[in-house]
Amino acid sequence: MKIASPKLSFWERLYITEVWRGLALTFGQIVKNVFGQSAMPTVQWPEEPKSLPVRHRSRHRLTQREDGSPKCVACMCCETACPASCIHIVAEESPNPGIEKVAKVFEIDLLRCVFCGYCVEACPEDAIRMDTDDVLIVATRREDFIVGMDFLLHGKSFLEHQAPRAARAPSTGEPIAPPVDPDETEWEDGKPIERPQSPAGWRTSSKGV
Amino acid sequence: MSPWLDLGISAGRAVLIWGVQLSLVPILIWFERKASAYMQDRTGPNRAHILGIRLAGVIHNIADVMKLFFKEDITPTMVHKFYYLLAPFVVMMISLMTFAVIPFADTLRLDDLTIPMQVFSPNAGVLWIFAIASYGVFGVIFAGWGANNKFSLLGGIRATAQLISYELTLGLSVVGLVMMHGSLELNRMVEDQGRLLFGFLPMWNVFLQPVACVLFITSVIAETNRNPFDLPEAESEIVGYHVEYSSMKFALFFMAEYANIVVAAALITTLFFGGWQVPFLSTDRLIEHAKPVLIGVLGSLALLSLVLLPAARKWSKTLKRLYTDARKVEADFWTVVLALQLVGALAAVAFVLSQDLGGFAPQIVAAAVQFLMFVTKVVFFSFFFIWIRWTVPRFRYDQLMNLGWKGMLPLAIANIFVTGVVLLVIDALKR
Repeated sequence: MKIASPKLSFWERLYITEVWRGLALTFGQIVKNVFGQSAMPTVQWPEEPKSLPVRHRSRHRLTQREDGSPKCVACMCCETACPASCIHIVAEESPNPGIEKVAKVFEIDLLRCVFCGYCVEACPEDAIRMDTDDVLIVATRREDFIVGMDFLLHGKSFLEHQAPRAARAPSTGEPIAPPVDPDETEWEDGKPIERPQSPAGWRTSSKGV
Repeated sequence: MSPWLDLGISAGRAVLIWGVQLSLVPILIWFERKASAYMQDRTGPNRAHILGIRLAGVIHNIADVMKLFFKEDITPTMVHKFYYLLAPFVVMMISLMTFAVIPFADTLRLDDLTIPMQVFSPNAGVLWIFAIASYGVFGVIFAGWGANNKFSLLGGIRATAQLISYELTLGLSVVGLVMMHGSLELNRMVEDQGRLLFGFLPMWNVFLQPVACVLFITSVIAETNRNPFDLPEAESEIVGYHVEYSSMKFALFFMAEYANIVVAAALITTLFFGGWQVPFLSTDRLIEHAKPVLIGVLGSLALLSLVLLPAARKWSKTLKRLYTDARKVEADFWTVVLALQLVGALAAVAFVLSQDLGGFAPQIVAAAVQFLMFVTKVVFFSFFFIWIRWTVPRFRYDQLMNLGWKGMLPLAIANIFVTGVVLLVIDALKR
């Protein structure tokens, strides 16, 4: 394909005048930005809060009924829909005769989650939402990113949730042992040795994604 | 004059002028980061701080130096060790040596003592500059070839071709000036530029030789390997002649780049923008009116702090709203500094007013003001280099050669010819 190059006038071909125009432009930018610091697009995060877009998807939460019980009926729709296999649900019988099942364990591996929102769309009960504005999902170890039902129902922010957990186990106050790498599965007689990696029996590679 | 006094004066001049050059390096790095940021609607470095004092990002330079000092100093096994190790020192040495002949104030005359304000004052200063500057290509070639790396070799070859091509224009553009002044002595050239043109314009060479000025600035940018002529480095294609260097050896190259900018800015200042000449104030008039000049300088210092004080107060409020750590005291620190500057400048003005400037004081004041003027001009032209870099895109290699050989070289020769004709005509008219 032949692209016609624009015809330059004499002064443009001389280059000098065009360079001066460029210099004037860049200097204008300096003056504008030095004297208009507050109008600059830079956000001094984290000191300045940055507002999230209205339709953003942040960390999940589980919604509750008016009596405080979780809306989730452990139908496994979200777990099935999840492309990253990051949701793990263990169901149990509900004490309420009108409801068949409730979740005994509802865990989300936030490190694995791709924040696609399919779980929210799949949920028939409006039990899971991604509207917490909580985007600072930061921890130092892999298993710390696995959040359980209690946090998903009542937790405010992931960072606050992490702060006490980072160094010590929540129940005993003991320092947590270094994490086991899930890729280094130990084999015995052709079968992997089953080693639960979270109190609820979560295994990272259980689904063989 | 005793030899010890002579030695002391020489050492003093050397420390002063190289101190200026080397301390301008971090300031230029800061300029580069901050100016490029503001040109692109960014804020630039503003995080590193010492006790909350960030100096608008200057502290980042200290962090850089710390990092470069503690990095592992790698010498690859296959390099030509002698040239590899020699190259950074050559590059740095050349730029420091060129600066030696730049006059930074008028010759200081204290009764029987005459002190030329140059570290080294040969009567062929222009030739010295070209002689030493042409050695600059050796550092680049040593680095490019000695590193035994294809990319650095490519950078080195490009650099050689470019530097040799543009050195021609660089030399030829100054020939016109040499013809006009009839001297190769830099201080003499600067003295000549102190007269007035048509009674109102300082007789700077930029007004007498505008074409030579443009050619000189362009080729001196090419000589310092700066954008739009930074093909030897070309970080997006080949990274360039210093690709194998790490730690402080790389830092020497990095510093040499900015030291070269200072040298180039000093050359532009000296040759075309009147060097240390204060516009409309010749050395004699400066000495005669030393007292009002000194009061003017100190008064403008006081005025500056008066203007900046309210801004600092306003800034303090913003900081206290934003930060909870040490940074919130920064504006208060600057308020104190500015207040001290105001008080100091006013006290100095009062002191000067009460005193009668006797002895050598007027001469020293004149030299100091000229030195200040020189540094101001150098800083401006150093900024100009950075300004150009972030405005103009890099030339392609064939464009570079076309511009150098077909555009600028004929122009430089034509300029010499025209200058010669004009000088002959003026000579004939005078007779």
